[in-house]
Amino acid sequence: MAMATDVPKDGFRLSMLVYDTRYRSYTIQIVVLVLFALAVAWLLNNTVQNLEARGKEFNFGFLWQRAGYDIGQQLIPYSNDDTHFRALLVGLLNTLVVAFFGCIFATVLGVIIGVLRLSKNWLVGRLMTVYVEAFRNVPLLLWILLSYVILSETTPNPKDFRLTDEMAAAGEAPAASMMFWDSVAVTNRGTNIPSPLFERGLGSVDLGLFTVNLTLLAVIAVIAGSVWFNRRLLSGARARQESTGDRPVTWWKSLLILFAPITLLLLAMGFHLEVPTLQGFNFKGGILVAHSFTALLIALTLYTAAFIAEIVRAGIQAISRGQSEAAFALGLRPGRTMNLVILPQALRVIIPPLISQYLNLTKNTSLGIAVSYLDLRGTLGGITLNQTGRELECMLLMMLIYLSISLSISAVMNMYNNSVQLKAR
Amino acid sequence: MDKHFARSEMLPPLPPPLTERGVVKWLRENLFSTPFNIALTLFGILVLWWLVSTSLPWWLNSVWVADSLGQCRDIVAANAGEGATGACWASIHVWWGAFIFGFYPPEEWWRPILAFGLLFAALAPVLFAGQKRNLTLLLGVVAAFLLVTLWLAGTPTLAFLLAVALIAGLVGLAQVAPGRLLWFTLVYPALCFWLLWGGSIWSPLVAMAGFAVLYAVFRAASPLIGLSPAAGAGFVAAVLWWLYLDAPVAAALQSVLPLAIEAINSDQFGGFLLATVIGVTGISFSLPIGILLALGRQSDMLIVKTLSVGFIEFVRGVPLITLLFTASLLLQYFLPPGTNFDIILRVIILVTFFAAAYLAEVIRGGLAALPRGQYEAADALGLDYWRAQRLIILPQALKISIPAIVSTFIGLFKDTTLVSFVGLMDPLRGVTTILRADINWKGIYWEPYIFVGFIFFLICFGMSRYSMYLEKKLKTDHR
Amino acid sequence: MKKSVFFGALAATTLVAGLSSAGTVDDIKARGELICGSNTGLTGFGTPDASGNWTGFDVDLCRAIAAAVLGDATKVKFVPTTGETRFTALQSGEVDLLVRNSTWTASRDSELALDFVAVNYYDGQGFMVKKDLGVSSAKELDGATVCIQTGTTTELNLADFFKQNNISYQPVTVADDSEAQRQYLAGACDAYTTDASGLAASRATMPDAENHVILPEIISKEPLGPVVRHGDNNWGDVVRWTYYALLIAEEKGITAANVEEVLASTTDEEVKRLLGASGDMGVKFGLDNAAFKNAIMAGGNYGEIFARNIGEGTSINLARGLNALWTQGGLQYAPPFR
Repeated sequence: MAMATDVPKDGFRLSMLVYDTRYRSYTIQIVVLVLFALAVAWLLNNTVQNLEARGKEFNFGFLWQRAGYDIGQQLIPYSNDDTHFRALLVGLLNTLVVAFFGCIFATVLGVIIGVLRLSKNWLVGRLMTVYVEAFRNVPLLLWILLSYVILSETTPNPKDFRLTDEMAAAGEAPAASMMFWDSVAVTNRGTNIPSPLFERGLGSVDLGLFTVNLTLLAVIAVIAGSVWFNRRLLSGARARQESTGDRPVTWWKSLLILFAPITLLLLAMGFHLEVPTLQGFNFKGGILVAHSFTALLIALTLYTAAFIAEIVRAGIQAISRGQSEAAFALGLRPGRTMNLVILPQALRVIIPPLISQYLNLTKNTSLGIAVSYLDLRGTLGGITLNQTGRELECMLLMMLIYLSISLSISAVMNMYNNSVQLKAR
Repeated sequence: MDKHFARSEMLPPLPPPLTERGVVKWLRENLFSTPFNIALTLFGILVLWWLVSTSLPWWLNSVWVADSLGQCRDIVAANAGEGATGACWASIHVWWGAFIFGFYPPEEWWRPILAFGLLFAALAPVLFAGQKRNLTLLLGVVAAFLLVTLWLAGTPTLAFLLAVALIAGLVGLAQVAPGRLLWFTLVYPALCFWLLWGGSIWSPLVAMAGFAVLYAVFRAASPLIGLSPAAGAGFVAAVLWWLYLDAPVAAALQSVLPLAIEAINSDQFGGFLLATVIGVTGISFSLPIGILLALGRQSDMLIVKTLSVGFIEFVRGVPLITLLFTASLLLQYFLPPGTNFDIILRVIILVTFFAAAYLAEVIRGGLAALPRGQYEAADALGLDYWRAQRLIILPQALKISIPAIVSTFIGLFKDTTLVSFVGLMDPLRGVTTILRADINWKGIYWEPYIFVGFIFFLICFGMSRYSMYLEKKLKTDHR
Repeated sequence: MKKSVFFGALAATTLVAGLSSAGTVDDIKARGELICGSNTGLTGFGTPDASGNWTGFDVDLCRAIAAAVLGDATKVKFVPTTGETRFTALQSGEVDLLVRNSTWTASRDSELALDFVAVNYYDGQGFMVKKDLGVSSAKELDGATVCIQTGTTTELNLADFFKQNNISYQPVTVADDSEAQRQYLAGACDAYTTDASGLAASRATMPDAENHVILPEIISKEPLGPVVRHGDNNWGDVVRWTYYALLIAEEKGITAANVEEVLASTTDEEVKRLLGASGDMGVKFGLDNAAFKNAIMAGGNYGEIFARNIGEGTSINLARGLNALWTQGGLQYAPPFR
């Protein structure tokens, strides 16, 4: 009797492609591949036909035409004479800056709320529950719209800051005043914050497409250097502690290394703040942070923080009670128990869902459309698309960019995740 | 003389000190245990006070009946004095129909209501397979809900009687043969489509007949050419049926026996009706696709795996809003020249893809959570791949995934508000924009948002509580 | 075998799809319904009420066209489009025509493959500011914050205007008219710029209309009109001449109320041709001979439509201005109907 796996001697039959497990997977894969190729060919063919029917062609040349429109918030210099490509870059940076600050603030707020939700304080616990449930169960779009309205309806008009001669004579103060030692002005059209200025800056180098700001580069380099030296110092101290048992005093060295070089650099370059002042209709000088940005940032932060809070709570609750009891038995105070025992372990549970929250937040920045925040979707997928009528190119490019952002975030965060996960030995 | 002293009964315990009992103890333990806690409590009270004091007058001065925003302002000024603010709920009072049903004709409101009620009747056999008590309970609630709301919506007598007969039949069936209720679940999509869009009853019936053709060809051919080719042949036959025979057969049947209700254009869909239609269709159609994608991602076949991973990662990597713009701007490029269909349908297709990618990940989680032994046991029983999946793996994996599926649905339901960006009338921004373009209500802002937000909260909060309950219930009996 | 069936099915879909695009007029007749791309809600020009009945200046033109093609002014489906989706909806055939205050520009005519067939409203971009700002000319707006609707030609005009006058501004982009109005009223911008008609409509509905002024500068030409796809000239002609029929009707004093009366008593040959009493002008367009009579009966002549929706006496209160008939010093002029 032949074994079941013996190759039948009577050669290859066509039906074996389906019934023989050795060939079946190849058959299926080839069929799938053919179907997929057919579908792609069909879509491409349709697209070509449709483009022809409309007398359009598929090319990205429009990106180098003059854009002609203005963008309210620009992190790199831009005017309406620049190209659509530059407008795209401005939009992309606007997307990234909201996503970046949103992730940071949402994490901080989310961790605080997640911990407070477990607090023994009845009132605070309940308040946090209400917060989490309210934000999780109402569409983000509503929060964006509401925070925008609140910002522009409850803040004073720039002219309320003005001190007219009559008011001075009558000894009255203006209806509104600036905050933080007259350096920040919140008006109903945006927040004016001071901008850093350098009397003896290092200038910038033009590299064709980009302009590299040497001043900024120098500041970043010095800070990075300080941090690196500080880590060397600390690891040295730790090595000494482990070999000899006593830890050298490092705090003043740390402070010196961290702050002295940057202070010296800033002094050398003549650093000062340009404070916004009221001129004409608006505050001039400093940086204007538009309310569309602030509203989007606030809404994204509050909304995502509610989800992160739940993740943090679940992470902390996943750590068995024995861990905290053991820490108490060792005589650790509750704060240190949380910092040294609970959170590091909870982190392993928290990180993977946290990554997907970061991704969600980044993708949700595209809802800035509701408050007309000119991010990537607003510039490339909005005005540029509208003025040039190139839906296909603009949409494909936009999806590609969003996809690359998402993939890079998940790649970076997964690397971090792998570094904190428990190593199986 | 008895000198010794011994207590013959226990002393009654002293009452705990004042700080250790009643309200004071509770307050001390829960609100003022440490300085940090005291600070937190004070901060909480401050926040509450600020919220209440700033918005209370506005709520108290609410106006419920008025014809325009100007009238509202006059009434507030008359009642609470000049300069007082007050909510103008009259706008919601006038427009609530649009918020719930969009521009669906009011005399046909009974149709979406009936479809909505029957949705739960169709879900019941899936959620409570074999639990007769729960099944009957849910069907009873559905029946009560439908009787009341259909009555309120002014349903035509004939339709009302038919609806009552249908519900009674379902309740009866649940008593006699609960398993058979699954047939209703299978028929429900066609019924729902017909109720919502109207038109001839034959078009959905003939379309459903395509599935019957598929099954018939499969059954007839499988003894001759084997299972997989038979499935392929059935699929091809069904596609041919839909392409060539569907429309003429439906037209012929309609001319022989005209059974039709008023057809409703999908541009009249709006408000929460639209959100529900998109959300529910999206999630139910995406479930089978999601399962296939999840299985594809777990598969050993390189090409299948690559394609699945590519699709999932692409859809999850771009914002939903770009997919919606694809539906509205790009789909026309990808389809043969001259094809055109409804924007709602296009949005549903893209939302289905979107949900499918997310569900695929959810189900993959469920698959990964199954112990390896389950797969090995299935192999040991000699089951082939599909039988093993259908009988052993998927039932368990899906059961674990149900809470996550509900969460995905909540997320999707909230995301349906984004369809306003392609010109559809979602309740949050679509209907509100139209309301604010109405000359009578120009300038209104908070009320529609608060109303819509509140309803969203009720629905989503209810569902998330339900999913938590499910999670708890499933946790106890799993492993 | 499988593959050939697949190709067969593909061919069939293409065939079915190909059949449906014979000619827009025939499509509309076969469908029994005109699909009109409209605004998502612009007061006075096109907005639905609580039960979904659309009204407005642009909407009435759609109804007149439906009456001309189908003989029934109610057989119109309005598809709300946003600034971003409107032209694509037209190009893809999702809507038969677009009547949604869209500006006629050269690039839209050429690059987007669209045909603007007429101008039903001559508009121009203006500025509205609060009176207490103390500004009397747009050129004094140096450094001002300006609210502007995104996805429109107004963005480009604004940039050009400030550049030409060598002054600066801070744009605040908003999604739609009602949002812009809220921002402006809240003081989030010093000036609101959009078509002058839109400004007037906004101003008319403000609780304190007297505190707002519309500045004298009109910085652009904004001819707004119905748009159709390139390539179906007959359909373009139908839309164009239905619109002209409404203009001629106003010129000749034909209203919705007196159309039968005029038809019975008139001796004017052009009127007879227009109303289908002599000649076969309607048939030449591929329509019924009474098509233009139906169009006039649907909502009255151009003047009536204007007066009912946006004219003086409505809450929007626009003067005819450039949109008066040429005989009254305006720009609305219809070629002879012969």
